Amino acid sequence: MQRRHFLQTGSALGAMGLISGCATMGGKGPKVVVIGGGYAGATAAKYIRMWSDYGIQVTLVEPNPTFISCPISNLVIGGSKTLADITTPYDNLVKRHGVQMVQDRVTSIDADKRVVKLAGGTELTYDRLIVSPGVDFMWDSLPGMTKPGAQDKVLHAWKAGAQTLALRKQLEAMPDGGVFAMSIPLAPYRCPPGPYERACQVAEYFSKAKPKSKVLILDANDDVTSKGPLFKKAWAERYKGIVEYRNKHNVTDVDVATNTLKFEFNDDLKASVLNVIPNMRAGDIAVNAGLATANKRWCDVDFLTFESKVAKNVHVLGDSIQIAPAMPKSGHMANQHGKTCAAAVVALLTGQQVNTQPIYNNTCYSFVSSEDVVHVASVHAYDADKKTMLTVPGSGGVSSAANELEGRYALAWARNIWADTLA
Amino acid sequence: MKFTKSTVAASLLILSGWVHAQAPSAMQVRSWAAACANCHGTNGQAQPGMESLAGVNKDDIVKKMLDFKAGRKPATIMHQLAKGYSDDQIQAIAAYFAAQKK
Repeated sequence: MQRRHFLQTGSALGAMGLISGCATMGGKGPKVVVIGGGYAGATAAKYIRMWSDYGIQVTLVEPNPTFISCPISNLVIGGSKTLADITTPYDNLVKRHGVQMVQDRVTSIDADKRVVKLAGGTELTYDRLIVSPGVDFMWDSLPGMTKPGAQDKVLHAWKAGAQTLALRKQLEAMPDGGVFAMSIPLAPYRCPPGPYERACQVAEYFSKAKPKSKVLILDANDDVTSKGPLFKKAWAERYKGIVEYRNKHNVTDVDVATNTLKFEFNDDLKASVLNVIPNMRAGDIAVNAGLATANKRWCDVDFLTFESKVAKNVHVLGDSIQIAPAMPKSGHMANQHGKTCAAAVVALLTGQQVNTQPIYNNTCYSFVSSEDVVHVASVHAYDADKKTMLTVPGSGGVSSAANELEGRYALAWARNIWADTLA
Repeated sequence: MKFTKSTVAASLLILSGWVHAQAPSAMQVRSWAAACANCHGTNGQAQPGMESLAGVNKDDIVKKMLDFKAGRKPATIMHQLAKGYSDDQIQAIAAYFAAQKK
């Protein structure tokens, strides 16, 4: 089936004279390399294969052996889900879609020669490159966290996986009557409502298992950055006496030996379990390749193609990009980037016109308990004059109240987006 | 002047582009529909717990979306998302899903 599709497209590409330019790539059609198998990169890899009728070769470079979802990972910290529940293998991208998986880490990108070098020594050539490395942390803004062993003791758990489980273990080991203190960086950061959902998950666990314990939220921002009234209602009603929210608390250092947070303006604060969510920027790979053009932090892109503003034939997706107004750094949005970019890359490599009217949505569910959920939704459309994505006036909104029906929808959303991204 | 296959094809492309200047291309509609896949599955073939759209009658999808948009049909989220799309866009997306395999 795939072979037949390939042959059809191959001959179509050949007739259009496009194969010739790719003769050095092995003569099997244009070649795309995707760096990073998260919500954006994996989706782009799958959809480029599908939408080119399996005529474009796609190699996906990802250091992790499986996909572990950040969305839903706060439920692992809360104790109602396991890491296995949020883990999906990459097998279907290979078996169903013919994506070539390479489990390795990228060491450098040469955009002039169109070569990606991997830690294992492999060199991959490409016609178009998709860079989707997510975020990395700005540790230099927290000197104490750069000391040996510090990052094993004070966790971020902001990339789902080992740290998610480790934070859960710290909470389980904490004696009743302890304080869990979580710091939130200034926006923009990955998953705006994520920290507040985490506060709810830990509070629910404490309310059942350690009722004398407290959750202290130390937010660098002026106020809750997403679904504020809904989260505040949950803290005031469901978790009364457990959750305390403090705004304008910008962490500037961590004394790991004494579990103490230091702030720009506020007094030092010691807690039983610290969870420091550091400032973020585009993934190291994107920064090192010179793609982070916005404050050397995020990557500016053309929103019709997701091509970098500074590197030809290089596209940047997901949390690494300089976002459009009101566009969240979310897994749902990253998946949308992946599909928009996939359509553009297929068009560009097969001599078709790139879509000029992208429209896509964001949907973000947050669990305020293990069952009840609140959402925020928005629709984003391309504005040709401003050359960016803007929310469609009158669209979008939040839940009227936390509810169990949306809890079921949230898990159905997860099943569907995992399948759309990876199966 | 000799008309090769490719010049004829190019002329046809230009002509069809001109005729359909206002209508969204099939590629554009496919991408619009793909934005629904996060919840409703790739090509509208949903995983358990969410409604599949693949192979559903076009008029049924359009009616539902317009009812969501107008607030006639209660919803948790679809009334907010439906308001982000024009009626023409809803028609085009519904036609795309109606044509997909169940």
